[in-house]
Amino acid sequence: MAKKEISLLQLVLSLTLITLVAAVALAAVYIVTKVPIEQVQSAKKTDAIAKVLPHFEGTTTRIAMMPEEGKDSVILYMAYNDSELFGAAVETYTDKAFSGRFSIMVGFDKEGVITGTEILQANETPGLGDKIDKNKSDFSLQFVGKNPQNYSLIVKKDGGDVDAITAATISSRAFCDAVSRAYQTYLKAKEENHE
Amino acid sequence: MSKISILTKGIIKENPTLILVLGACPSLAVTTSSINGLGMGLATTFVLLMSNILISLLKNVIPDKIRIPCFIVVIATFVSIVDLLLHGFVPALADSLGLFIPLIVVNCIVLGRAEAFASKNSVFDSMLDGIGMGLGFTLALFLIGSVRELLGNGAVFGHKFIVGDGILVFVLAPGAFFVMGFLIAIFKMLKKS
Repeated sequence: MAKKEISLLQLVLSLTLITLVAAVALAAVYIVTKVPIEQVQSAKKTDAIAKVLPHFEGTTTRIAMMPEEGKDSVILYMAYNDSELFGAAVETYTDKAFSGRFSIMVGFDKEGVITGTEILQANETPGLGDKIDKNKSDFSLQFVGKNPQNYSLIVKKDGGDVDAITAATISSRAFCDAVSRAYQTYLKAKEENHE
Repeated sequence: MSKISILTKGIIKENPTLILVLGACPSLAVTTSSINGLGMGLATTFVLLMSNILISLLKNVIPDKIRIPCFIVVIATFVSIVDLLLHGFVPALADSLGLFIPLIVVNCIVLGRAEAFASKNSVFDSMLDGIGMGLGFTLALFLIGSVRELLGNGAVFGHKFIVGDGILVFVLAPGAFFVMGFLIAIFKMLKKS
């Protein structure tokens, strides 16, 4: 460390220089990784859509729509087979989870029957809340084949039809919340498209 | 101090988590499984190594009065680089570590080593110190994670060997404190002997 007196200008200059170098380095890395990150993310989306809509092979149209409740918009991937509605993959989220927000993809057919669910991003407790993942427990599989019209998306403890995960009622409730947000938004989107 | 002791002191004698009790926040929060502990430890090791090297290179250029903001800029830059690279090229690891990578910025071990070691020592010594401290941190996180996973979930490296649940409290926050407490005691014993 230099012992000599350092003026304010020198301090400002050296800090500016360091931040400038850091900014340039970050910009370079950002440019290098931008394309791979986008590819990874779009591959993840396509993959999730294919998983929640098992028998669909056409193309999807992306719509963003605000749900009735919730702070952010829900993304719908409306699936059409020759301009006839096949169903939709809905990217939904919940803020009622145990650790922060988690987002899932839910597939519906054109009647609104759930065809599949897929976790996109979640930080639930390993061994407890992470059982919402279908690789860890059968919890999410109970939704498949159900139509929320006559299947109450509420855990049994609260008077609904869903078997909650033992010791992870909060995560189970949150999962139901996300699925029902997806369903409501899907109904709304279908209505608007028919008009 | 010999070169070897600079490298090895971080592992038991001055283990950042279990002897110095630095960086307790990630040590408690991330270690719900052994893989998470290991991944977080290695990512931190990388940042620690790079920031130690760069800071010891810059130690004569950075004015004393503004060294802390300069160190933080250097550290934050490396953390962002790691974050971007992981997301771009190792998406599976980035997914499992999630938001813990950006949290390396506020890990006081990284800033602590920059301030206590790298700003006073040669580049090579700082490099050894970064590796040693990083490995010590990784070891501590891995141990906490393994014990919590074993007792709380009945699993090793994500493979369950019991049916049903373990002692769930070990996966939850209080378990982190229990395990860390016992490991600190064990490491104090190791340090004495």
